[in-house]
Amino acid sequence: MSTPLWSWSARAVAEGVRAGRVAPEDAVASGFDDVAPGFEPWVNAVVHTDAETRHANARDARRDGPLAGVPVLLKDNLCSTDFPTTCCSRILDGWRSPYDATVVRRLREAGAVVVGKGNMDEFAMGSSTEYGAYGPTRNPFDASRVAGGSSGGPAAAVAYGLVPIALGSDTGGSVRQPGAFCGVYGLKPTYGRLSRYGLVAFGSSLDQVGLFARHAGDLAETYAALAGPDPFDASTRAGAAPDVSAWDSGVRGLRFGWPENLWVEGVEPAIVAALERAASLLERAGAVRVPLHFLPGRYAVATYYLIATAEASSNLARFDGVRYGLREPADDLVGLYTATRGAGFGPEVRRRILLGTYALSAGYHDAYYAKAQRARTRIVREYEAAFASCDLMLMPTTPTAAFRLGEKTEDPLAMYLSDLFTLGANLAGVPGLSVPMGLDAQGLPVGVQLLGAADAEPVLLRAARALEVDGDVSRMARGPEREVAWPAKR
Amino acid sequence: MAREAVIGLECHIQLATRTKMFCGCPVGFGAEPNSAVCPVCMGLPGALPRVNARAVEAAIVLGLALGCRVRAESVFARKNYFYPDMPKNYQITQYDRPICEGGALGCEVEGEVRTFDLTRIHLEEDAGKSFHPERHGDRRLSRVDFNRAGVPLLELVTEPVFHSPAECAAFLTQLRRLVRWLGISGGDMEKGQLRCDANVSVREVGAATLGTKRELKNLNTIKGVERGVAREIEAQCALLDGGERIVQATLLYDADRDRLEVMRTKEQAHDYRYFPDPDLPVLRLRADALDRARAEAPELPWAREARYREAFGLPAYDAQVLTEDRAVSDYFEACRPGTDAAAAKLASNWVMNELLRVLKERGWGVADWAARVPAERFRDFLARVGARELPGPVAKQVFEWLPDEDGTVPELLERHGIRVSGGEDELRPMVRAVLDENPGPVQQVLEGREATFGFLVGQVMKRSRGQAVPQVVNRLLREELDARKGS
Repeated sequence: MSTPLWSWSARAVAEGVRAGRVAPEDAVASGFDDVAPGFEPWVNAVVHTDAETRHANARDARRDGPLAGVPVLLKDNLCSTDFPTTCCSRILDGWRSPYDATVVRRLREAGAVVVGKGNMDEFAMGSSTEYGAYGPTRNPFDASRVAGGSSGGPAAAVAYGLVPIALGSDTGGSVRQPGAFCGVYGLKPTYGRLSRYGLVAFGSSLDQVGLFARHAGDLAETYAALAGPDPFDASTRAGAAPDVSAWDSGVRGLRFGWPENLWVEGVEPAIVAALERAASLLERAGAVRVPLHFLPGRYAVATYYLIATAEASSNLARFDGVRYGLREPADDLVGLYTATRGAGFGPEVRRRILLGTYALSAGYHDAYYAKAQRARTRIVREYEAAFASCDLMLMPTTPTAAFRLGEKTEDPLAMYLSDLFTLGANLAGVPGLSVPMGLDAQGLPVGVQLLGAADAEPVLLRAARALEVDGDVSRMARGPEREVAWPAKR
Repeated sequence: MAREAVIGLECHIQLATRTKMFCGCPVGFGAEPNSAVCPVCMGLPGALPRVNARAVEAAIVLGLALGCRVRAESVFARKNYFYPDMPKNYQITQYDRPICEGGALGCEVEGEVRTFDLTRIHLEEDAGKSFHPERHGDRRLSRVDFNRAGVPLLELVTEPVFHSPAECAAFLTQLRRLVRWLGISGGDMEKGQLRCDANVSVREVGAATLGTKRELKNLNTIKGVERGVAREIEAQCALLDGGERIVQATLLYDADRDRLEVMRTKEQAHDYRYFPDPDLPVLRLRADALDRARAEAPELPWAREARYREAFGLPAYDAQVLTEDRAVSDYFEACRPGTDAAAAKLASNWVMNELLRVLKERGWGVADWAARVPAERFRDFLARVGARELPGPVAKQVFEWLPDEDGTVPELLERHGIRVSGGEDELRPMVRAVLDENPGPVQQVLEGREATFGFLVGQVMKRSRGQAVPQVVNRLLREELDARKGS
């Protein structure tokens, strides 16, 4: 094959490795040596890596698994023993996990090669990968724009060709939104299908490990290798994960919901056009459009930010300078806590800890946290009702294509609202998949989102495959027309 | 005016499970500091808890023993506060839906049986242990051992039902007996396996509402509970006498100086920001879990004590001593050489006087003894003692050999060259010989002349040189005569 290894799909790499035609070391080197030098200096997708460890991981990779020799980048909030795990936060600067997350263990068992840790918003709190301790990730399609977040690094790395697949985490859209911004597939599975053991918690009842890929088939292969119950995570669903092996079996007869009311205003025309294109592609492939009115919880954003911050305020309490991570010296215990946490956490993390602490406080608990839980129950029911009349729903992933760096960092509320279409799936625990639908007039990727009922991953993957029209998105990010004078890395 | 104290207790029972509440680390006392830890109980980033099923079973066992309502669905919650020995800076506990609610524990206080109502029992994890502060050069350092972090606890909360320190002490003593009996905890207060906080308030007798309470912590022994509560009642009465008001506070009891110190006042109270732990699903008991637990529930010590008095006819003292420890009690029942009162009393005497003494001397548990002297072996020994095959001094000698040597009682006797005349095996030939040699008297007895029976007994006694036990001779003669009657 004459095409360079970095542009291969994960399935092609694994097949080559299993057949002895491809060395995992070469698959890793192709991304890091052939592609990365042109992108990484300004994209800044990777925060922890080193050639020696990458090489050792490639050398030791199993050559017989479904992901044999496939290079994979992990979001920096997934614990692995080979690279630091810092959540792009000062408070975990240099921390190395003594254990592998369950999904990382399963990746290795499947033969995948962990190549490093991807950039993110600190503790996954953000929608642009601008809030991390190691500087922003820029969009591989436009250096003046964000890659999206919070899993911006893994999304950008898959987009520019560093790796064929990457793992992120999705608490309110943190995989699907950067997937859409960077023109790659982003899958957030059903809550409880991928183990959270070893995923540093943000909002435990919303967090789900998610997958990035440039091909629908790679998503299916990776999902099959990782999904399933884990005795180390009591919130994983019992029973075997749904079988996604029929991802290429077409969409004939599938009913897809068409909640047109969602984009009457506030959604960019290019995205509406992408939705129309997706709908007609699905129809041409034999699926049936079911128009429906869907307004999942007018209060979804408020509900989400109360629950996510409440859980985060408790989850992040453990970062106190006592046992690991940053410790700022002080004269007494309270001084140690305040100095360490004050210096270790960035402003967005501090803001959310304060919000969440407030929402759980005596006297406010019922008005905020308890009410949000009741609202969540209603939202879950609204999703269940919608999926009674269709097998999946087609809707925007985001209202706009990638926005400019710095555009929303000064306005947290505007940043929160950019998650409007994604966070419902986290509240309802259902799977969501962002599908790249090509570029808009400015050359920016646009995506559409597929949502399904719990365990509808097979349906979502079939539909995603049916929409796979633009081929390998990594080539889109690499076109010569993109080679302009990039701003120097921060 | 007359005042009364009103006291409620919060007891923490450390469960004797093999592993911790939410991870697989071993539970133990005295291990090297920070050796029994893992990512979960150290609260490392990304680690998640998983529930120890044995701890849940222990909660059910205790709940059923105390007549609690055991919830089919209970919920783990996070109690948020910062402390260095709390790895996650929250404790996983249960809040508004605990596993057990209600229930009561009866016990004897100053000769009178009283029943104390419980509020709830819930499952939670223990914290680590802080050692502080220590001086290191010009710096003061605290150290933390996380071996205890994550050890399963049951917190038992009573209603405000106690009115005296003696009642509190009696309750705790009874609770300790129960948890040991059920085998769910060592119950040793010195080792922190049983801990107790007391909420104390004082009011005028007959008042409808409770006075302001103060909470006493650090009550490390039953004596400490009794004395700490007594001190606090005195202190509150003195404050009220002086016209002052009680201010809600948490106090520490210093047992060495018999003094109470204020730890924090209401203004410093924590807001624990409880909420359901999103890492742990609702704890649902299997449909048959309660029925199975009920079916397997052991007889409680006080029920067994009553049965020993009523069905076995044992004196109250024996019944009480024999039901202090379940293993002792089980062994006692298994080694009784018969079902009648005499057999029970015989076994009781040997267990209480001799066996317990040996256990104490050798520092053994009953299991150590039973490994050497299985209940059947001891029952055989007791049967022979009961049949008067072994004269008193010989029986005591044989008892001493039992744990250290193998063999049946006759084998032990033979090995040590001790001949016990009067053993059944030895007497029966003598009986037969006497009958053979005295056909006349035999005929008379067979015809109903009972007076002649005494003559035959005398002949056997003479032949055994006075060593035989008359009761055994009597029995053997009757048996042999009956045999001849038929022929």
